[in-house]
Amino acid sequence: MNITVALDGHVQDHTAAPATGASHASKRIVVTYGFWIFLLSDIVMFSALFAAYSTLSRATAGGPSGAQLFDQVGVAIETACLLASSFTCGLMSLAIGSRRFGTTYLYALLTFALGGVFLALELREFAHMIAIGAAPQRSAFLSAFFALVGCHGLHVAVGLIWLLVMMVQVKVRRFSAAVERRLLCFALFWHALDIVWVWLFTVVYLIGVNQ
Amino acid sequence: MTITRHDHAPGDAEEASGAHSTRSTLIIYLTGLFLAVVLTATSFWVANTSILWSTGVPLGLSVLAIAQMGIHLVFFLHITTGPDDTNNVLALAFGILIVILVVAGSLWIMTDLNQNMVLPAELMDLHMQH
Repeated sequence: MNITVALDGHVQDHTAAPATGASHASKRIVVTYGFWIFLLSDIVMFSALFAAYSTLSRATAGGPSGAQLFDQVGVAIETACLLASSFTCGLMSLAIGSRRFGTTYLYALLTFALGGVFLALELREFAHMIAIGAAPQRSAFLSAFFALVGCHGLHVAVGLIWLLVMMVQVKVRRFSAAVERRLLCFALFWHALDIVWVWLFTVVYLIGVNQ
Repeated sequence: MTITRHDHAPGDAEEASGAHSTRSTLIIYLTGLFLAVVLTATSFWVANTSILWSTGVPLGLSVLAIAQMGIHLVFFLHITTGPDDTNNVLALAFGILIVILVVAGSLWIMTDLNQNMVLPAELMDLHMQH
């Protein structure tokens, strides 16, 4: 559509073809807008977990504190993995836009692998903490930590499953309009998880260790 | 006469597909990645260095995090200030408002409670803050 609307004046350029169903947004816009609302509500849920963590971050009940438990090198690697997978997810969106199958699969595989490494590192960190007695039931601080970081990890796990399902759909139904909409929603979800992780590593791992 | 204005789907890059558009979107993603890497590296450096005034470090880290979230929104989620993006930006603004209310409100109330509720000594032992 090539319709320009001058905001101050009343100049309208209707050189393009007459708008079909001008008052209706396309399904693609409606679907992704709805998903955008869901993502924002998900972030509001995360904010409650963040508030709980910030409130309880010093309530260690004599147990280990964040400064003693957290390994910054591991967190830096996790951050790099998630950021890189967000980038490859963006490249995958580009490949979908230009209808290239092989490239789409390549970037989907990279996104999946990087997300998988992130999840594996996080689970290893959890296992290590539980092994040395820093389990969720040890203190309010650890309960809040596992709830917050675990919830993010659960989202990443769901995202990985979703990506697998989408790849099967691309295989079976090619780039149909419905599949493309779902892939767009997946990209939104994956980028939003990265945004939550930026917030998370700053609050939990960087500021928490400094206190 | 109705003004036709086509909204912009969140996460959607430019509409036109073609070699030129693909390349410019790729440059947008690369810019985003570069800025995000720089900000992340700065965050980790700030958290571990002893050069900086330590009281200011949490504030500096928060600023870096907010900047990086902005980078992600603009370069990866393609949220812009264009007129076709108004709905997405309004929803985002409402979400941010709720997030600030929940986080800042909780912290404010709980800090206030911690300061003003003087517990008996035996309960303080159970509570064991710090």
